[in-house]
Amino acid sequence: MKLHLPFWLSCALALAVSCAALAARAEGVADARQNELNYLVRQDCGSCHGMTLKGGLGKPLIPATFDGVEPEAIAEVILDGISGTPMPPWRGLLSEADALWIAENLKAGTIK
Amino acid sequence: MTLLRFVAILIVWFVTPIGAVNAAELRGTGDLGVIIERADGSVCIIATTRHEKLSCVGGFGDLSHASAVFSRDERYAYIFGRDGGLTKLDLLERKIAKRILQAGNSIGGAISDDGTLVAVSNYKPGGIKVFDSESLDLVADIPAIYGSDGARSKTVGLVDAPGRRFVFTLYDAGEIWMADFSKSGNPVISKLGKTGSQPYDALITGDGRHYIAGLFGEDGLAHVDLWNAKPHTERILENYGKGEQKLPVYKMPHLEGWALAGGQFILPGVGHHELLAVDAKTFKQTGSVKVHGQPVFAVSRPDGRQVWVNFAHPLNDTIQVVDIPTLKIIHEFKPGPAALHMEFAPRGHEVWLSVRDSNEVQIYDTRTFEKRATISIRKPSGIFFSARAHRLGL
Ligand code: HEC
Repeated sequence: MKLHLPFWLSCALALAVSCAALAARAEGVADARQNELNYLVRQDCGSCHGMTLKGGLGKPLIPATFDGVEPEAIAEVILDGISGTPMPPWRGLLSEADALWIAENLKAGTIK
Repeated sequence: MTLLRFVAILIVWFVTPIGAVNAAELRGTGDLGVIIERADGSVCIIATTRHEKLSCVGGFGDLSHASAVFSRDERYAYIFGRDGGLTKLDLLERKIAKRILQAGNSIGGAISDDGTLVAVSNYKPGGIKVFDSESLDLVADIPAIYGSDGARSKTVGLVDAPGRRFVFTLYDAGEIWMADFSKSGNPVISKLGKTGSQPYDALITGDGRHYIAGLFGEDGLAHVDLWNAKPHTERILENYGKGEQKLPVYKMPHLEGWALAGGQFILPGVGHHELLAVDAKTFKQTGSVKVHGQPVFAVSRPDGRQVWVNFAHPLNDTIQVVDIPTLKIIHEFKPGPAALHMEFAPRGHEVWLSVRDSNEVQIYDTRTFEKRATISIRKPSGIFFSARAHRLGL
């Protein structure tokens, strides 16, 4: 439930249609998978972005970094990486729903 | 005098001298080490011969990517945290002797050959800071300013070099710098040249001669021969990786520990499931070894006969052992998910291995590959033995 409030807040700024689609996909992430994703973000994204997500070789993954950026755009970066930089594409290891769930929770600062 | 009193006196006479020596408190530090408990911000002190956890000490802040160096007398460990914390841990008293927050975001450090200076590499603000190893008072602040607009680069690959010098690499600028503290007064900073794009880490060989930086943004490596009268950066292995599709890299490889094994450097193929063997004299590639995944650490056993390799996510549950003379994989096993760090006993008879997700450190015999012991440690990452105090570049 926690992730829905900030998510809907951000959705208020975006098109209702695409939000409904996002919500449907993010809701597809089961509780057990959410635990795994929290863990993966701290441990595996953390190896480049810091375990507290305050930055390392990669930028801080804190709400301020994502000011005015849609979760969908963040999810795209996670899935496709940023070529020419060490940010790797996670497609294949993370589903679109996973990436979106991570994006929303990074933006909201609710990664556990 | 009754017999009883006589016996009592006898007992006191025998017992007192032993008690006065206080045998329980006497301990050498050469057998000790530290293990980072990454999630708790604590550091465990271990006695390595007996595979014993002595005590875990808290209060170290954010220890993701933490590392340690040791004082010359092996009494103190200096722990470098991610949050800019520099903490001096007393291995005998088992408590923090001093702790400072010296930057916002850091990545490792080094101690000078004479043991008097501790240097820290910082991402934010980018540059290195150098402290008195006794007091942790600031000795020098060296901002990594590059370009014309005063931008500061993250620094990586900070090592100690003989002659009270430190060598480090500017990630954003793609340059190698040296800070020379051999003369009194301000350090002499020299720029040793351009590396190529995104140098992400570096190593120095145990003889203090070769400094090698790995490049993320392009093929090849950057090399400085510190024995040269005018040390400067040259590219080596220019063609490595060209024309081949690179795989995504989920964890940056570490270069420390790669170093020399049997006259060759064993280096990671960034974005490849491969190690390269490079002749240590000519810097020509002499061979390669296909391995299980993208290598993160490949640490040579102190005698250089074997290299033990671990891998990036999602293949980080596996360890492979490479025999150096034949460049063949002679052993493979699965200690468990997130086998992150390895540390060899000083002469290599055992290796200690952090298995983060099962909250344990496993100890193996490096000849029979048998598991000798398991110690429970919460979310273990780096393991550092005090014997590092007497090795260059560690
Ligand atoms: C191997 C190192 C590495 C790993 C692992 C890594 N990243 Fe990154 N990431 C980077 C770097 C470096 C950048 C900055 C690229 C640049 O210079 O623009 C970055 C950038 C990003 C950005 C864009 C930030 C912005 O607004 O510019 C996001 C979002 C991101 N990473 C999320 C993640 C997530 C989520 C994970 C884990 C699933 C992850 N990263 C794992 C290195 C890494």
